[in-house]
This record gives sequence, structure tokens and C-alpha cells, in this order.
Amino acid sequence: MSTVSAATAGGPPSASEDTVLSVDHLVVEFKSGRQRVHAVSDVSFQVRKGETLGLVGESGCGKSTTGRALVQVQPPTSGSVNYLGQDLSALSNRQLRKVRTKIQMIFQDPISSLNPRRRVKDIVAEPLVIWKRGTKDEKADKVRSMLEAVGIDPDTAGDRRPQEFSGGQCQRISIARALMAGPDLLICDEPVSALDVSVQAQILNLLADLKARFSLTMVFIAHDLAVVKNVSDRVAVMYLGKLVELAGSDDLYRSAAHPYTEALMASIPEPDPEQKSAHKALSGELPSPLNPPSGCRFRTRCPYAAPLCAEQEPLLREVAPGHQVACHFPLVGGKADTSAAPNPAD
Amino acid sequence: MIGRRGPQNGKRALEFPDVGESDEPLLVVENLHTSFRTGRGTVHAVDGVSLTVAAGTTLGIVGESGSGKTVLARSIMGLLPVRDVIKSGTVHFAGHDLTAMEPDQLREIWGAELSMIFQDPMTALNPVKRIGIQITESLRLHLDMDRKEADATAVELLRSVGIPSPEQRVRWYPFQLSGGMRQRVMIAIALACAPRLIMADEPTTGLDVTVQAQILDLLGKLQRERHMAVILVTHDLGVVADRADEIVVMYAGRVVERAPTRTLFAETHMPYTRALMESIPRLADPSGTRLQAIPGRPPDLIHPPKGCRFAPRCAFAQDKCRESDPPLRTAGSPDHLFACWFPLVHGTSTAPSASASASAAGDTTIDPGPVVQSP
Amino acid sequence: MPDDRELGGSDASDQLLTNMFPGQAATDEMVLSRETEALESDDILVTKPLGFLFWMAIGWLGLVFLLAVFANLLPLPNPDFQNYSAINATPNIHHLLGTDDLGRDLLSRLIFGARVSLIVGFASVAIGTIVGGTLGLISGFKGGSLDISLNAASFVLLAFPAIVAVIAIVAFWGSSLLKITIIIGVGTIPLMFRVVRASSLSFANRDFVIAARTMGATTPRILFREILPNVVPVAVTFGLITVAGVIVLEGSLAFLGLSVPPPTPSWGNMISEGTANGNLSINPYIMLWPAAAMFLLLLSINLIGDRMRQRFDIREGLL
Repeated sequence: MSTVSAATAGGPPSASEDTVLSVDHLVVEFKSGRQRVHAVSDVSFQVRKGETLGLVGESGCGKSTTGRALVQVQPPTSGSVNYLGQDLSALSNRQLRKVRTKIQMIFQDPISSLNPRRRVKDIVAEPLVIWKRGTKDEKADKVRSMLEAVGIDPDTAGDRRPQEFSGGQCQRISIARALMAGPDLLICDEPVSALDVSVQAQILNLLADLKARFSLTMVFIAHDLAVVKNVSDRVAVMYLGKLVELAGSDDLYRSAAHPYTEALMASIPEPDPEQKSAHKALSGELPSPLNPPSGCRFRTRCPYAAPLCAEQEPLLREVAPGHQVACHFPLVGGKADTSAAPNPAD
Repeated sequence: MIGRRGPQNGKRALEFPDVGESDEPLLVVENLHTSFRTGRGTVHAVDGVSLTVAAGTTLGIVGESGSGKTVLARSIMGLLPVRDVIKSGTVHFAGHDLTAMEPDQLREIWGAELSMIFQDPMTALNPVKRIGIQITESLRLHLDMDRKEADATAVELLRSVGIPSPEQRVRWYPFQLSGGMRQRVMIAIALACAPRLIMADEPTTGLDVTVQAQILDLLGKLQRERHMAVILVTHDLGVVADRADEIVVMYAGRVVERAPTRTLFAETHMPYTRALMESIPRLADPSGTRLQAIPGRPPDLIHPPKGCRFAPRCAFAQDKCRESDPPLRTAGSPDHLFACWFPLVHGTSTAPSASASASAAGDTTIDPGPVVQSP
Repeated sequence: MPDDRELGGSDASDQLLTNMFPGQAATDEMVLSRETEALESDDILVTKPLGFLFWMAIGWLGLVFLLAVFANLLPLPNPDFQNYSAINATPNIHHLLGTDDLGRDLLSRLIFGARVSLIVGFASVAIGTIVGGTLGLISGFKGGSLDISLNAASFVLLAFPAIVAVIAIVAFWGSSLLKITIIIGVGTIPLMFRVVRASSLSFANRDFVIAARTMGATTPRILFREILPNVVPVAVTFGLITVAGVIVLEGSLAFLGLSVPPPTPSWGNMISEGTANGNLSINPYIMLWPAAAMFLLLLSINLIGDRMRQRFDIREGLL
């Protein structure tokens, strides 16, 4: 068992020198008929060099849209995504193409993310072909060593097509392709949620190994807080397009300050029959992002909601060094004190 | 609340004695084999599985993809196609032998006494029918209700599975509902005729953890209220840990361990079960804790490996494991079965190479109990 | 490093289930609804053998092709030579398939006539596929106003009753082989456009296309390397079926006397001659041979198209 130091957790949220990615007031909205879907509403965070930032929330909370906005596949409505100080949305197409190789993405559906008509070795070689890197032999060598690095035998697998592989193997091939581009930053969008727990563990370990080997910075998006916490140094919790809590992952587990984070943790099935989970299973469903609730967006499902929560939107503020939360009545020791006056920071 | 309806106002031809009163288990599966003929050879998907489910209890069937758990579930239901399928063994449900039944008789049982919840409600629900119609279909078929009565019952059922404003929702189509809501509708359909056994095949796999918790809690609540038995098929031991009374762990078409839930977790004998437990990331572990992944993949069921089928992936495998097939047997407690030559005791292997350190720790020997089933 | 090297089929049973319950294997497009079982299944894809009939069909198509191409080199009499000493001859050693009411060798006419059917059939569909397919590929991928206008144009063209339009144009413009091919070719453009566009559209938002974009691939590269290989099987399969339709159309035109003018033989005008002037009762062979040849050709093309569709279909439900 190796334990990655959580020392990178905490610290001020302001952009510092080792910031690889800085997201500022990101807003993504879609048109749906005459209405607007508020998919991501004013989200800001930084990712530091070498860390893994987890992004967790239910489906429809905007975490995947955020991930796509980071690589500019989904253009932001407003706000900016800065990679090493460059505002990606201000770049020309040609400049963006170049920068994109540095920010690679791994998708949830391992089968749909590989072209069914192409052979594995061609799929993995694609970034080299696009950028005309190396001779034919050099390319073939690189493909071999990358496939070996992700645990796929290049001799038997290279000439096959994706549908001959299991989901876990397809995910390995996707990872090989992403790394072939030579990225600094890897955006993993639900990379294990379509997989069995046993395969999930293999892929999570593989990502940890590759992160160390290729000195990657990662953004890891998932709906299962236990998975996110396992791989991340810091975790950002999203709810209905808003960032509601951001903290070092162990910190978040020990002292979750947002009621939503607490509910997310309570819903994780623990493989231990003795630990009858408290089951504060979250009631109800995510409200429609077409028409989000006033004030705090979580108030409609929050067990501690008070009148103030409907009136005023809680802003993200620091409750401990490196621990930010957007709640009028943050939990202290698992309890909310709604009688207390709201924090003057609001 | 929908009361259980007796056969007097239904048109059930088969008599179903109330086995809840007797000692007889509700479901008894004996030595079930299911194989498929394919172009490459015969796939032994289910290879001699026996299990029992008592009325009102929950059995968890756990295994990786390819372990045969889904085929087992469908074999028990009698839902497999006839072509290219070879079956043997018996399935006794409430005193009836399902394997000997004609399709007509099976149809009478499906939905009414024995119903199924599928993994993907989007494909299991008919996309062009209103959900209300899909619920009332089985009510009218099995319970002979008139339209008005069936409609009212459908609304009640939707309410009982936690769907808000059910009076309006009965008129909706499946695509208008979220994934979690669709799964609730599936449960409502499965519950409609108050069955005694619900087969839930990966009912929460495509769902968010929050919705998963809701759905499983709902299923548990309804089960207690209606005294139903549930078979919960899943790849995640975490899902069944605090919900099943008994757990069957499957590997390569066979039962490799079977025990009451607490016993299984407290005294895991089979290294595979232990490996499945350890592959789950736990919230309480510090961030960055390396997961204990099981290397490799389940074996090819056309040419399963010689000896113990888990041996190629087992950290404790010995020569004996690779040579001969371990029988399903007990040790100590009679309701804890496992198929391993060198079972784990207190988390330590009894395999010779591992026993050097283990024997120092004291009592790690295990009395080989009677063989329950030979391979 | 995890050890996950073996490629042996393991999830045979689950795979089979997926095949046997296609309804349950289909996945919905919801972000999180996916059949893990289906995803984990692997290479048990029991590829159906193409079968004896398929190879028979290929054989017939190939034979007709070769004969048509090398007709000039074969020891055949001139198809237009009228041998008055052998009018309406039944099949014999000099005229293997007999002769018609003008004493022309039927085998020779049949083989030269195949040229017309094949050229009109394949060349016009090639025009439709190249023009319509290219437009469809781009239109489906790009979307936007280009897609809207092309789509509308295709609907307008498809709304014309094809046979009436072709008859009208032929009547005005004339009916050489080239003109017939061009007219029918233009007619198939909107058909091929619609089919290719629908297919291109369905692949445009797949994750592998997004992945290619994030790797810096340019739009032409994505179109030709990622989308095109997925669209080609659809276009080829549909194109083959269209070829069969076009051959029938040419036959109908010839029957109406609107295809290549006599004496140039085509299967259509041979059938037409065979049924004219009471020939059907005097010498049924005139009509029998081209009708049988066309029947077998159409059957072969449709069979090949159907088998190719099955072979190319990589379980779309899983994608």
C-alpha cells in the first residue's frame, strides 16, 4: 500500500505560479427551445501542477460539461479557461489545435470513444500521424511501448478492432491514445463508471501509475465520491451547475461542510455489513437546470434548509485553510446550526 | 397499499400453497447447468449451481461480468431461448418445478408470482406506451381487474414507489422520466401483482450513487412491507453488504462461496471473495490508497482452466490448485460453503507458503468439512 | 502494473445473451445508462459465414461483368448481324441460345446487352454516391445552415415522381447511353445524400470524433479518417440495392422504347422485342433469356447487399 501525500491539499485559491489550469467564472448555457439550460453557472477553480483535482456530483450537475469546456469541445458562454496563462477561448483555431494535444480527455463510454472501423494500432498512433512525429518505425515503436504501458499486448491486440475487446481493455486503449499526444493535463470524464468494480480498480491503479510515470496533472470527473476521493488530492463538489464545496480530499471526508457533500458520502455503499450506513439517502431528484431554485440551489433537497437559503445565494467562502464551501449554515462536526447568524462573509 | 389478492378473484390455474408458513424454502435451485452452443464451442455459462431462497429474504448473487450471474438469473426465471441452449438441473419455485413447465404455465407465473427488474429500464420499458398502460397490463392479465380498478391500482403503485404526482405521471412515456424514475416504474411493474420473488438483475448499475441508494432503500422497504423474497444480482459487493441476508459469490459459472452476509464478510474463506471486497475504494481510506485490483480477467468459459478456475489470478495459488478442482464444502459453520483448497482463515491464507507466518499466529487450521457438491 | 494481457473470450455467456436479447442489449443515450454486461462482453462475435448463396451470387455477378467487358474478344457473332437463314432458331450448336425474329444471335445480344444494364446501373449509382455521398458526409457532420439548405433541396428532388421525370427528360434530351446514365445518376443523388447524411450525423457526436478533435485533427481529417470509414459500409450496401433498382428502371425505359435506341441491344429492349409482334408465342426465348439474366442479376445484387449489411453491422446497438 502506498499513500500519496496529501500535502498538496489546502492552500489559497488564488492563482499561483504552479497553476496549470485556471477556470474563472465559467458559464455554459444551452438553448433548449425558448428556454436556457444553465448547465454550468459561474464556476471557478485552479488545478496545480502534478495534482489530481476531483470533480464530483450527480448526473446533470454540469461536471461533464465543465470537463468538455476545459478542452473547448464545448465553448463556454462566458468566463475563461486558462492553460498555463493562455486563455483558450481567445486562441485562433490553429493555436488551439496545438494546445489541445497538451490537454487530453478520456471518456466514460470506452466503446464509443474508439472508432469501431479502425485497428487498435492505428487508433493509438493517430496523434503521431496528425502531428507527423517520427518515421514509420519510430511511430510503430512508440505505439508498442505505449500499449505495453497500459497493459495491452501489442502483438495480439494491434491488428484487432475495438469491438473485440472488453470495456476495461477499451478504456486502456483510450488511455494509450490520450497519452500518445504527450499531454500535461488529462481530463478523465467518468472513466470507470461503466466498468465492474474489479476492472475499475485495475483502471484506477493504472491511472495512478501513469500519472507518476508521465508526470501528469489530472482532472477526474465521477459521480462516486469514494472513487474520486481515492484518486484525488483535492475534490470539488458540484450541484446543479454550481461549485458547492472544494477541499483537500481527506479534509473533505473528515469534515464535510456542505450538506450535499454529506449526503453524497452517505449514499455510497460500504462493503461492510456491520457498518449499517446512516442512510441519509438524499430524497428527490435534481431540479431542472432550466429553472434552478432561487437562493441556494440545493435548498429544495437540503434537510437543514432555512428561509434565508431561499432568499440569498450562498457564495463560496473559506471555512478552513484550503477548504471552501457555499452554504449559509455549513456543517460543523456533522451538524448544521441554522439558528446562528449567517456568516458575515455573505 | 395494494393488498395481496388471492386466487379467488384471479384466473390463476395453478395453485400456489403459501410456503411462507411452512419450512419449505420459496426457491430451490439444484445443480443447474446452462450451456450455449456457439461457433467456437460450448460455453458453460452456469456450471452446477445450487441455491435456496427463503420467503421474504434477500439473496445477493455477486460476480464479475462473465461470471455467469446474469445467465443464472435468467435460467432460474426460465427466460432463456430454446435454440442453442443446453439446460439441466431443477428450479423449484413454491413447490412447482419451473424447468418442467410449459411456456403457457410459465407465463402465468411471470409477473404474478415471480417478476424481474432489468438493468436498463429504458430498453425494458416499451418506449411507445404510456407507463400507466404498462403497469395495468399485468394487473388485467393476471388479476382480472377491470380497467378502472387497474388504473387506480397503477396510480397507487406509482405512489408507493415514490413517484411524485402519480395521477399525471401514469400518462407519461418512459423517455419523459429520468433514469432513476424509470427504474422506479420498473419496480412498480414488477410489484404490480404482489409477486413472492423479485429477480433484480443489476438494478442500479447505470445509476448515480445517490439514486442507487434511493432505489435500493425503496426495494428494501417494499420487500419488508410485502414479505417478498428478492434476488439481487450485482458486480458490487458493497451494494449487497447491508441488504442481503445471504450472498452467493460466482466465478466462471460456479458458486465459489456462499454464506450468510455477516459470516461472509467476517470470515471470508475464498480468496476471490476477499479480492472482490478489496477492489472497492473505501471512503475511510486515505486518498491515494492503492486499490487491490484482481489481475487479469475471468477465464474463457469454453475452455476453463484445469483445477480451480480462479487459480490463474489467485495470489495464494499452489500446485494443487492448478491440478485439481476444489469441491464446494463447509468448515465450521454448516451454512458457509466455499470451494477452495487453502481457504483464508482470519484473512490469512492456509496455503503452505503462507502458513509459515500464519501458523505462528495460532489457530489457523481449518477442519475440512463434508463435501457438499463435487465439481 | 496490472496484468491484463490475455485476449481470450471470457464473457461468452453474456455476449450470447446480448445477442439473444437484442432489445436489452440496445443502450440508451443517457449519460449514465449503460449495460455494463454488454460493455464487458468481447470477442465471441460469432461471425456468420457468408454462405454458399453469397458466393453463387458473387460468381454470377462476376461472370456477367467479365462477359460484358470482354464481349469483343469472345468468339461471338456480331449482335446486330441478321442471319436470315436462321430466324427464330431454337438453341443449337451454332446459336447456343437460339436467334430472334431477325436471325440475330441471342447469346451475343444477351452479352452485349449486359453492358448497357451494368453501365447504367453501376455508373449512375457511382455518380449519385460520389456527389450525394460527399455532400451528405459534410452536411451531416457540419450541420447548420448548409445542412438545412441541402436537406431541403434533397426533399424537393425526392418529391418528383422519378419515372415521370426521367421520361420527360429523355423525351426532350434524347436517349444515348451517356445521357441515360447521367439522368438516372442525378436522380440517385438525393437518395444517396439522405442515407449518407443520416449515417454521418449519427457518428458526428460520438466520443471518438471528439477525441480526434482534442488531438488536434483538422476537420477534413476527421471527415475522412473517422467518419468516412463508418459511413462507407452504409453507402455501399444501400448503393448496391439502388443499382438493382436502377437496372429495373433502365429495363422499364427500354421496354417503353426510351432507353438506348435499337439496334444496340440492352436487356430491356430485348424483353421489349420479345413481347412485341406476337413473338412471345412464336419464340419465347427472345424474352426468356434477358428476363432470366436480369432476374438472376437482381437477385444476386440484393443478396450481396444484404449479406454485406449483416457483415458490416458491428452491433450498432452497442455503440
